[in-house]
Amino acid sequence: MFHGPLGRTIRLGITNLKLHLLRSILTGLGILFGVAAVILMLAITEGKSETALRQFRELGSNTIVIVTKKPPEMEEEQQSASFFSVQDYGIEYADCDAIVKTLPAVKVVVPVRTIPKLARRGPRTASVPVFGTVPGYDGIAGLVLREGRFLARRDLERKNNYAVLGAKIARTLFPFETPVGKTIRLGTESFRVVGVLSSPDQASSSQAATLAADAVLVPVSAARAFFGETTTKTTGGAREIEAIELHTVRIEVEGTQEELNANVLATARALRTLMKGRHKKKEDYQIIVPLELLQQQEEQARNWQIVLGFIAGISLVIGGIGIMNVMLATVTERTREIGIRRALGAKRKHIVAQFLVETIVLSCGGGLAGVLVGVGGATLIDYARDDVEAIIRWEFALLAFSVSALVGMVFGVYPAWRAAQMDPVEALRHE
Amino acid sequence: MTHAASPLEGDDESEILVKLDGVERHYQMGTSTVRALDGVDLEIRRGDHWAIMGRSGSGKSTMLNLLGCLDRPTGGEYYLGGTPVSTLDDDALSEIRGERIGFVFQSFNLIPQLTVLENLEVPLFYQGGAPAVARKRAEELAARVGLDDRLDHRPPELSGGQQQRVAIARSLINDPLIVLADEATGNLDSNTEMEILELLDDLAKEGKTIILVTHAEEVAERARKILILVDGKVDRIIENSDHSVAASKN
Ligand SMILES: Nc1ncnc2c1ncn2[C@@H]1O[C@H](COP(=O)(O)OP(=O)(O)OP(=O)(O)O)[C@@H](O)[C@H]1O
Ligand SMILES: [Mg+2]
Repeated sequence: MFHGPLGRTIRLGITNLKLHLLRSILTGLGILFGVAAVILMLAITEGKSETALRQFRELGSNTIVIVTKKPPEMEEEQQSASFFSVQDYGIEYADCDAIVKTLPAVKVVVPVRTIPKLARRGPRTASVPVFGTVPGYDGIAGLVLREGRFLARRDLERKNNYAVLGAKIARTLFPFETPVGKTIRLGTESFRVVGVLSSPDQASSSQAATLAADAVLVPVSAARAFFGETTTKTTGGAREIEAIELHTVRIEVEGTQEELNANVLATARALRTLMKGRHKKKEDYQIIVPLELLQQQEEQARNWQIVLGFIAGISLVIGGIGIMNVMLATVTERTREIGIRRALGAKRKHIVAQFLVETIVLSCGGGLAGVLVGVGGATLIDYARDDVEAIIRWEFALLAFSVSALVGMVFGVYPAWRAAQMDPVEALRHE
Repeated sequence: MTHAASPLEGDDESEILVKLDGVERHYQMGTSTVRALDGVDLEIRRGDHWAIMGRSGSGKSTMLNLLGCLDRPTGGEYYLGGTPVSTLDDDALSEIRGERIGFVFQSFNLIPQLTVLENLEVPLFYQGGAPAVARKRAEELAARVGLDDRLDHRPPELSGGQQQRVAIARSLINDPLIVLADEATGNLDSNTEMEILELLDDLAKEGKTIILVTHAEEVAERARKILILVDGKVDRIIENSDHSVAASKN
């Protein structure tokens, strides 16, 4: 490569740049910082969206969650409400049935009813959230069994008073014995333990971890039968009685890899229409579509990238202007050399090539150093800060480096053109 | 290689290489016109050895630059090997300079950051020849001018005479038809001047067409023909068959 005419021009460029080493380095610094900034910001935004992506992936991008929400008018009402008034709102069992019947492409619908209860085994007690749910919830919530079994369909149909314990709660209630087959009390009711969940691993989200550790899961039908339709909460001395049928409903959408996203969005649309029709009076639910959130997040990340890319681009342009400035000075300084070369047979294109190559070598040198600094800096930030994740892709380095080469080309054209336009006789007379 | 190159081939001794036909080179300086060359007619044959003399400002350098295709006439026509130069574009002129012309300047005009060897190779680089061939030729010519032990030196490390010898070697690297020397010895002491003049004499004896500009009569005396320029016009041409300017004067 270094033997052809281009190779020799590159070598000549390097020789000339080495002649004014300090000046070349200072000029290259402009590009270095620009390229390093581009890589850093790309790595950090990539890290950001990767973190978000992981969180959503845990939620499941093929799921839709409906959550019961206290309608705003009830919040106000509460102050003036009589002591024993019952607040009736939220997702209903009938909603769940309607979803199963009407929505297409739905694989699993898992209703959950959460009731706070005191769990007791002999002298040991613990306050637990009791989840009334259905078989299949373990799969959708990513729960793993340590022993025994999960709730089965027949438990649901027969309203069996069976329970699956979270890992931590199992340890609390049964420090010395195997829980499976034993009986516990939830409030005043007896439940038989049929399974125990294994401890959550580190990677799972805090929500999933709490569930796997602290929850007690029972068939939703049993929860309804044993605990009634109302729950009593005592907050700050005030007693609140709420009649909520279901606290959450998780829907898993099915479809092939390609159609899944479209299915999720279509199901979400249909679900909104359905729920709006069924809850005309109050807005007592919220629909969360992780996929939509993910898409919003992605768009946000893209916008960030555009803004940061623009800023980094400006720094590259400034670097380019620096290069152009120095090259214009170089061209003037070497006017006589240009005259000599022209007298010895150099065509205009040869002069253009010489100075253009020199500029590109300079900017690529700066670009290469910038890639090293950027990658190094990103690695350092990733390593040093726990809250910032920086992910470097080789495309970033390639992109930043190409841009630096492009900057050299763009900002090198004018000085090179100026050099080539010189009149040979004038150039030779230059002191 | 160029459309101008073909008429330049051939070995006919009496062939007219250069023909100036009413050549003018005027510089417009605001409202006034500087007539650096003002209607010059001239024929130069292959293998001739010419000296151009004249006062400072008489147009000698201007004429040499025109002959070397570094510059173009503003009037009249310059035929190089029969080709009117006004029909050639910038690239074609560059090719002629690179392949057919050798320049030697008063101020040597070597490229300071290149070594002697690299300086010698510059004209061949632009012709795109093989680097190995260029290197060999550069070494031969360096040996010829007695600088084969200075190949890796840079011009600032050489004496004036040595630099000018490098410049002469460089002017020969493309085996040119014409060697143009503008006060080639003007910056040198008399001993060094003699060395350089002898080198040029050798070239003349070998049949190279040489045109040199000089102020010194003893330099001009070595040429076969002497052109005297006065205010951009040909004052007279002295045939110097016995190589004595004094004899043909008066
Ligand atoms: N670029 C230019 N612009 C204007 N005038 C010029 C230019 N170049 C040369 N001249 C003028 O043309 C005339 C001839 O100049 P030239 O350099 O040919 O003289 P010369 O005979 O070589 O002189 P010297 O012996 O001092 O080198 C001078 O009057 C000079 O001022
Ligand atoms: Mg002159």
